[in-house]
Amino acid sequence: MRTAFINQLIEVAKTNKKIFLLVGDLGFSVVEPFAELFPDRFLNIGIAEQNMAGVAAGLAMEGYCVYIYSIANFPTLRCMEQIRYDICYHNLNVKIVAVGGGFAYGSLGASHHATEEIGMLRTIPNMIVCAPGDPLEAKSITTFTAQHIGPCYIRLGKAGEPIVHTEDSLDISLGEILEIRKGEIIAVFSTGAMLKYVSDFILENNLNISIYSFPFIKPIDKKKLNQILNAHHKILTIEEHQASGGFGSAILELTNDLIEEGKLSKPPIIQRIAIPDKFISKAGSRNYLRKLAGLELNKSFFIY
Amino acid sequence: MTKKSKVELLAQKIRKLSLQMVYDAKASHIGGSLSMADILAVLYSDILNVDPLFPNNPTRDRFLLSKGHACTGLYAVLALKGFFPISNLSSYAKDGSDFIAHTNHHIPGIEISAGSLGHALSVCCGLALAAKRKNCNWKTFCLVSDGELDEGSNWEAILLAPQLKLDNLILIIDYNKIQSLGSVKDVINLEPLIDKFKSFRWETFEVDGHNHDLLKTVFTNALELDGKPKVIVAHTVKGKGISFMENNLLWHYKSPSKDQLDEAIYELSKK
Repeated sequence: MRTAFINQLIEVAKTNKKIFLLVGDLGFSVVEPFAELFPDRFLNIGIAEQNMAGVAAGLAMEGYCVYIYSIANFPTLRCMEQIRYDICYHNLNVKIVAVGGGFAYGSLGASHHATEEIGMLRTIPNMIVCAPGDPLEAKSITTFTAQHIGPCYIRLGKAGEPIVHTEDSLDISLGEILEIRKGEIIAVFSTGAMLKYVSDFILENNLNISIYSFPFIKPIDKKKLNQILNAHHKILTIEEHQASGGFGSAILELTNDLIEEGKLSKPPIIQRIAIPDKFISKAGSRNYLRKLAGLELNKSFFIY
Repeated sequence: MTKKSKVELLAQKIRKLSLQMVYDAKASHIGGSLSMADILAVLYSDILNVDPLFPNNPTRDRFLLSKGHACTGLYAVLALKGFFPISNLSSYAKDGSDFIAHTNHHIPGIEISAGSLGHALSVCCGLALAAKRKNCNWKTFCLVSDGELDEGSNWEAILLAPQLKLDNLILIIDYNKIQSLGSVKDVINLEPLIDKFKSFRWETFEVDGHNHDLLKTVFTNALELDGKPKVIVAHTVKGKGISFMENNLLWHYKSPSKDQLDEAIYELSKK
């Protein structure tokens, strides 16, 4: 996903001269081509994420569309107040890019696991929260964020995630929900890099259920969501994030709003698959840690 | 009484308006407004290229007040310079007012909202970097308090600015020697402050932050030097100009009674 991101950012930056990339001394073998092509619009700001977010705000005040890039918690949690106050309160055109969302940097430990940042970022006004599910989504989200004026968060996986979508390319609009597979009765809502796992599980078990990918966690197309909720009896949400405040929470909140608004008379059961309020303090691959955190589908979930 | 200069009159009016605002709103932070009043008076009289009729002019100098709690001083000088009517200040800190008790970027002439300390200097580095990358000549000025230098984020920016040779950035430290719970020396001693900045590769200046002629000279000298960011350590007195507020921690918090306001205004008028 990070390769899809940087390649697309380079494409966009060829015509959009406002694109500026700041990195926090990370991005080895990823960001070099951008730096070589656009030296006037690139800066390695050092290992100083609070400063990076503040400098990005300053650059954005002068008309740049600034991407700040680092790993997982560093461009997010480490500088949360600069994001809230300098970037979002002033509604500045800054895009926060985190590689290694969820457990992508598995063995590096909790310091490198981004498992709470969505809950924090989606509460901040003006912030758009994106978590693309595969490289095609990452590419399209990159294009979207460059066109959208205002703060965005882009949660990427690492490198090497397979493509899930069957289309050649995507053109994702704000809040769009992407149908991966149309089935019956039960639907899985996936966000971020869980998509491949979900898709494989459903295929391998030959289940006739729906799969939707949510490249946006904020906002979410409420009308489309309502159609999907009305068309299914059970929803499973899955995310690489703590259960509180994340994607599943966002779905529950919107579902409740739809019930309150009288648009959803027979709400489906919603089962959330997310990290159950704990840290994982074992070494392990991404897949191992996902299992340890309970981020798994089980055939029993699909008996209705 | 000798005739006052234009800058002296401006400084006096900034102090009066600031006092009136904190009195009307029963608000805090007058001490830090008074300590920087002379710096603002000199900047807005003789140094900054800003235009009240065109506050967003792309070629203007950028002035960012990092110690946003001292906003009354900035609101006052902007009103006095014609960015908005002085009468607007009567709404300060009241229900529905844009004049929040920390700077508000929705007000003409105010570049950023500040309130959480240690934020503006990084933003200023971004502004100064943008000016460099776009070959613009305008300058960026950042006014920070001494106490807020406890914030680590400032030091990230202080490391970065010389690396990028941001000689279009001027940092002013309102060194009034008092922070929220005591003297700067007792809480976290900043000394040797000038040596710190020298070792961080900044061009350093020290000045009496209440002497208008010296302030003007130091700004002029700082603007002439190339190659390095500049820091001006302005030695100031918290509560400056009002005898019973000077060097008194209480006036970080307290708002004056009617008698105290009258006494303060009287003292200013005598000078």
